[in-house]
This record gives sequence, structure tokens and C-alpha cells, in this order.
Amino acid sequence: MIGYRLVRSFGSTALIARALLALALLMFSALAASAEMKIQEVVSSKGVRAWLVEDYSVPVIAMRFAFEGGSTQDPVGKEGLANLMTALFDEGAGPLDSDAFQIKLDDAGAEMGFDADRDRFEGGMRMLADQREEAFNLLALAVNQPRFDQNPIDRMRAQIISGIVARSRDPEYAAGLKWGEALYPGHPYSRRSQGMPETLKTISADDLRAFHKNVFAREKLHVGVVGAIDAETLKKELDRVFGDLPEKPNLIAVPDVAPKLGQTLSVTYDLPQTIIQMAYPGVARADPEFFAAFLMNHILGGGSFTSRLFEEVREKRGLAYGVDSSLSSSEHSNLLSISTATRSDRASETLDIMRTVIKDVAENGVTDDELAAAKKYVIGAYAINNLNSSAAIARTLVELQAEDLGIDYMQRRGALIDAVTREQVNAIAKKLLTVDPAIMTVGPEKQG
Amino acid sequence: MATSFRFALAAISLLALTAPALTEDGSGVSNFKLSNGMEVVVIPDHRAPVVTHMVWYKIGSADEPPGKSGIAHFFEHLMFKATKNHPAGEFDRKVSEIGGDGNAFTTDDYTAYVQTVSPDALPTMMNFESDRMRNLVLTDDVITTERDVILEERASRVDNDPGALLSEEVDATLYQNHPYRIPVIGWKNEIEQLNRTDAVAFYDRYYAPNNAILVVAGDTTPERVKELAEATYGKIPRGADLPPRVRPQEPEQNTSRTVTLTDPRVSVPSFSKRWVVPSYRTAQPGEAEALDLLSEILGGGTRSRLYQKLIVHDGAASSVGAFYQGSMYDATAFGVYGAPQGGDGVAGVEKAIDAEIARIVKEGVTNDELERAKTRFRRGVIFARDNSTGMANMYGSALSTGSTLKDIDEWPDRIAAVTAAQVQAVAAKYLVPGKSVAGYLLPSPEAVQ
Repeated sequence: MIGYRLVRSFGSTALIARALLALALLMFSALAASAEMKIQEVVSSKGVRAWLVEDYSVPVIAMRFAFEGGSTQDPVGKEGLANLMTALFDEGAGPLDSDAFQIKLDDAGAEMGFDADRDRFEGGMRMLADQREEAFNLLALAVNQPRFDQNPIDRMRAQIISGIVARSRDPEYAAGLKWGEALYPGHPYSRRSQGMPETLKTISADDLRAFHKNVFAREKLHVGVVGAIDAETLKKELDRVFGDLPEKPNLIAVPDVAPKLGQTLSVTYDLPQTIIQMAYPGVARADPEFFAAFLMNHILGGGSFTSRLFEEVREKRGLAYGVDSSLSSSEHSNLLSISTATRSDRASETLDIMRTVIKDVAENGVTDDELAAAKKYVIGAYAINNLNSSAAIARTLVELQAEDLGIDYMQRRGALIDAVTREQVNAIAKKLLTVDPAIMTVGPEKQG
Repeated sequence: MATSFRFALAAISLLALTAPALTEDGSGVSNFKLSNGMEVVVIPDHRAPVVTHMVWYKIGSADEPPGKSGIAHFFEHLMFKATKNHPAGEFDRKVSEIGGDGNAFTTDDYTAYVQTVSPDALPTMMNFESDRMRNLVLTDDVITTERDVILEERASRVDNDPGALLSEEVDATLYQNHPYRIPVIGWKNEIEQLNRTDAVAFYDRYYAPNNAILVVAGDTTPERVKELAEATYGKIPRGADLPPRVRPQEPEQNTSRTVTLTDPRVSVPSFSKRWVVPSYRTAQPGEAEALDLLSEILGGGTRSRLYQKLIVHDGAASSVGAFYQGSMYDATAFGVYGAPQGGDGVAGVEKAIDAEIARIVKEGVTNDELERAKTRFRRGVIFARDNSTGMANMYGSALSTGSTLKDIDEWPDRIAAVTAAQVQAVAAKYLVPGKSVAGYLLPSPEAVQ
């Protein structure tokens, strides 16, 4: 299936994952009707806290949860640990070995998955309401008593290493790694979340147990639940799954870091296209200028078919299939990144056009009409991007808690966005876009 | 097929759902026809204030005239240009400013346009979408620029990706006569020649209400959709009757073929093997369902035979699986794939996969694994109801590839009725070694360490 628009990005996978999360979060706004969605705060008798949206229209329950501390918590020399661990929760827990656990999970009619980005270790489960108890029992086993048996560790490690080796000659992958290292030299954000073959080989079952003990704790746990379950029942399930975890995590401190801009990198490779990637400063989620920056990004290149970059690069000149900008706000760093892939003989022309568009926004700002349209989009897009399934809503509930935005955030968000003025947008455009960016090109040596 | 090999792999878990599927009794799905022949399906879901509005045209790349490959997809892009009533980009701006999401996509068998918006925007969406069904203004200027965009799209999707390049040529080998052999995006040399005359001819022939299906899923009612659709789409005159959708069919295949691509960007070799098999529309009763279950049991995830044997037990493969693209109008593909673990070549993995297929052909599948596969499909049907955009896609693709609402309704029952003997029978009948196409993606010799 091929389509009109592909949301295309590149860079290190960790960067992308974070950018997408940030985007999902940002779209969360106060559409009047969404504000009617009733979020209950549930606290179990052992003190486990969760946000719940009760809904019985489909006999399904979705749970999503996140522990603060993702791949930044990988010990030096053991990079890839968190990522390896995500593959091991259905590979044996408590009295059940890998095979027994998977058969039980299948019988329970549930789907369970874990993933880790740089800042968080997340998990989720989707189950049929009438098999709730069996499903939560298995989740409780996985969360509390993962076995980390040697056989599954070796198997999953081998699969991950194969994946890394398989991509090792892919120029886009190599370029993404180089990009991460150039932006965040020496910081955990520069590391590969998948690790490297040599670091993966050093990881033992004891390392996994230590990480599990350090990160899986209640203090920095956020839980979102959606579907056919009431608060009282959920309390019992929360205690069963999370109630016996230690109270406090033991996390490695990670410093905040500003991306290293003002540099030009080029990766020479005989490709049919040249990839252009640019990085400007971003804005923290808690920054009062955040929404001004978000609206500015939408107008510049975040707004798909309607953005200025899309108009100039694709619509007027046919230079590329996709061109986007995105604002990513991570726990320890913020970035505004812009990317495209264009025919190599017109790469420098494309880059010139992009810089002209960026300069124009920086110097002359946006129009009232553009800002009004951007506000309408950002406010209205909430339900579509965040409420389209139980799993999506559960994920959003976790995001709201992790970002400490408050249970009434949905009701407030529309007004926060509406209050942003053109002067504020123009000021943040000037502040961010006049900085000398980092630029990377990946493509043939001789570029037009 | 439309999808690159990689896409096919990613889609495996969806195949069970995108195959004609879904809906329990009382699911509330309605269906009617407008007087001009346009079919309408409404799937109410009131959990969130969102509707997905889609128009599906029963025209895909497999319907293109010879020598004009890529015109269906090219035309999909042109549908975002100016009409008699609206300048280019106005529809996008409207969708965007209400926080909506819009896109379009093309496959071998259909072309679909989609907007996801708040329910109060539904009339506006229908106004714009029905307007561009007949009122597009195509100029040479617009055509030239958009053709450049599509050539870049082809470069991004195919030329930048050795796996996609190989997949194109495997399909061109698998289908000896059927137009599924031609990539949806088109061959580069033919895309370069597409012009305004081609586009106008294509538009006039295929873009008409009697060749389209309207699917609306989400926070609305059949009555409301009917009223709005009659006031918009309903005003468009019926187009000329289209001839029956008959494409050149596959002849009997009598050979096994191999296609090999070596590329310096590849470091771990991989392989796939595909066969031409019936789709849901063309299959004898029960065969497509049996193929779906066969694909699940053989290679549908970590409980599958291939995964358990090659990855868990032998440690010989780093990835392995099977797929069946049942939701196609004509005879389609069944495939297996794998990549070796460590520094081994693909030969061992291929041999082990062949052995697992041979074992099913000889000994069949167990009742226990069949029941588990059926349970997973049933669960998928319930989980699918949790996402109304997904439901709209499922209905639209099924109806565009020749299935009926009744087929969709009855799919769970037909899956439940499949016996172990039927699964064994389709494996024996279709997964014949001497009629397959194997694709090998290999590192360049100089790059091998």
C-alpha cells in the first residue's frame, strides 16, 4: 500500500521514538467533547495509583504503565540492556518457563508487550474482559518475577545482534547513529538503545535482575487503564500487579544536555537520494513558551500538507515526497528537527529553499491566519490522535501523568493554546530558528 | 504485490483482520445504495467524538492499461489538486484546521481517500470529497510537478531499500501474466511518461459513484450518513457502466524460479518463498480460511511452528515467518521468509522451512494448534472493534476486493468450521516446491567477511 503522504523521519531510533511520544502528547487538547471523557483517579489499598476511563462498549480492557528510567539506565559497557529486557517478560516468570508462560498467555486471550525508550520503561496489556483475572495474574508474574532464564536471554540477544548486523551497512542507519553521537557527545542520549554486539554480549541474567530491581518500583510508576472494568475491581488488580514492588527506584542520575548545534556533517554514500537532516534548539515541555513553539513548528513543517516547508519543497517544486519538522521534548533535552529526502542532483537547491523558508519564519514570523488555523488544528486533533482506541487512551493517560499535567488537563488545554499570541510565536521563532543549526547530509559525494 | 516484502511482514499480524473478517451479530453495521449506484457502509461507534470518512474506488494498479503503470497511484496524488469549486490545497487546509487527519492510499485493487474528523465536520468532508469525484481541473503544470514528487517517492520507497527492490522483482517473477506483477507505484520508465491525457482518461473512466464505496465509521448514525450522502454524493450522475473487472489470469505454473539481488547495503542474507494461491474471492469454499489458519500455524508469531523450531529449538534463524495476503481481488500470494542466525548462509534456513512445510503436508496440523489459532483469530475480531478507523479499513478493503458484508459477517463461523484435514489439504495443494519463487537478498561478495 502506498499513499499520498508518508510520515517520514530518520535519525537515531531513540530520537524518533521520543519525538513521536512528544507529538502524541502535544496533540492532547481540550476538544469540548473529549473533556466529557471521565477520568477517575484510583488508589489501591497498597497505594498504587492509576487513572481509569471506564467504558463498556467493547468487552476489552487495555492497561498501559511506565516506570521512569529507560535506556539511559543501561550501565556503561552494557548498552542495550533495557531493550533486551523488554523481550524477556513473556519468556518465563515465576513457576512458568518460557513455553508454559506463552501457552497460558495465549489461553488467557491477552496480548502483552514491553518497550523502552531513552527515558522510560513501558509495558502494556490488552485483554478480553471475561478473562481478566487470568490475564492480570500473568502480568503480575511478569512484572514481579521475571525469570531471565539463560536460554531466552541467549536467543533474544542473538536476534537483536542479528538485527544490528543486518543494518550495519544501511547508510540511513549508520547516519542516524552518527547524528546522535554528533548532537549528544558523551551523553547517554548518544548511545544506541539497542546496544552494540560487544556490549550485548556482556549482559548477564544478574545484570537484568539488577536493572529490574532498580527501575521497577512504585514511586515513579504511572498507570493508565481503559475499558470494561470498574474502580473497585481495578484496585485489586493494581495491588496484584504492582502492590508488592519496592517503593523507591534506584536510578542513575542523568544530566540535562543541550544538543550540539552549529556543525555540518556529511555521510558519503552512493544513494539515489540525498537525505537532509537539520537540528535547531527545542523547548522543554514545562517551558511557558512551549505552546508558542509548538504552533510555530506546526506552521513551519509540522502541519503535513499545509506547512510552509511542504508547500515550497513538495507542492511548488516537486523536490521531495516528504519534508517535516518536529519538536521533541525529552526528559533531558529538547530539539526541533527538520528532515527530507530529495533527488541528489538538486540537494543543495533543496537545502537552500529550506533555509530560506526557515529564515523567513525567523525574521518575519507567521501570519494571523496561519496561527488561527494552527490553533484550530492543534486543539481539534486531540481526539483523533489520542482517543482512537482503548490502548491509545491508556497510553495518553500515562503520558499525562508522566508529564505531570494534571487530571483536568484536557479541560484546560484548549484555553492554553488559544491564549498564545502571534507576538509570542514570532518571538520563539526568532529565538530558535536564528541559531546556527546542525546539518547532516547523506548521499552521493557530488551533489548538485 | 503492492506491499514491499517488508511491508508484508509488518502486516502479517494484521492479515487475520484485514482478510474479510469481523463483526458479531448485532454489530450495528448498515449498508445501502444511493440511486446512482454508490454503495454506503456505516459502522457506528460512539465512544469518542470522531468519525472516519472514506471513499473507496474499485480501481487499483492491477486495472491500469498496459504501459501506464503507476497511473492509479499518480492519479491519487492528483486528487489533491484544484477543482472547479476549490483551489488546490483548500480541502487539506479545511481538514487540518479542524484538527482532522487526511490521507489517501493505493493498492493493486483499490484506491481510497480518508479523513478522520469530528462528527460536525462530516458534511464538509462529503462536500469536498464528492466535489473532487468529478470536478478536478488537471493542467500540464500540475502534472509535471506531481510526477517529480512521485519519482522521489519511488526513490524513497524502493531505490533506497534493497529489500523493496528485490520484492518488486520477485512479484514480477511470481506472477507470469497477472498485473499483480507490476508494482503499484509503477516502473520508473513508465512513470516518467505519464501525462495529462492519461490522467484525464483514467479519471473519466473510473471516478464515478457507481464504482465507489462510501464507508463512515465512528460517532454518527446511518440516518445521518444517508441524509448527508444523498445531498452530496447522491447528486452526482451515475457514470457509464464499467465492464466486468477481468484481468489477465495466471496460467498454470510449472517451474520453481529464483530471483537474487546482491547489494552492498545488505549484511545479513535473507530469503523468501512465495506461491500463487487463491484469494478470499477466488477460493473454493473454505480454502482461503484454511490458508489463513495455515499461515498462522506455520509462521504467525512466537507460537508458530517455524518460530519454535528454527528460532527457539535450533537457534538457526534470527527471523522467520509466513504470510497470506487473502484480501485480494484475484489469485494472490502465500509466502514464507527467514534470515539465518550468526554468520550462516540462507541455505540452512531455507531447508529447515521447507522441512516444516513438508511435515505439515505429510502429517497435518494438530487439533490443539488449530484451536489455538482459531482462538487468536476470534480474539482479533473483538480487539479490532476497539478501533473504528481500523474497522472502516477492514470493511472498505474487503468490499473493494469482492467480498460482501455477508462474507464479513460469517467469517468467524467459517474460520471455526475449518478442519485440520483442510489445512493439510491446502498446504499439499498449493505449497508445491516445483511452483514457487524464491527471492534471495545477499551481501555483495566483496563485502562478505
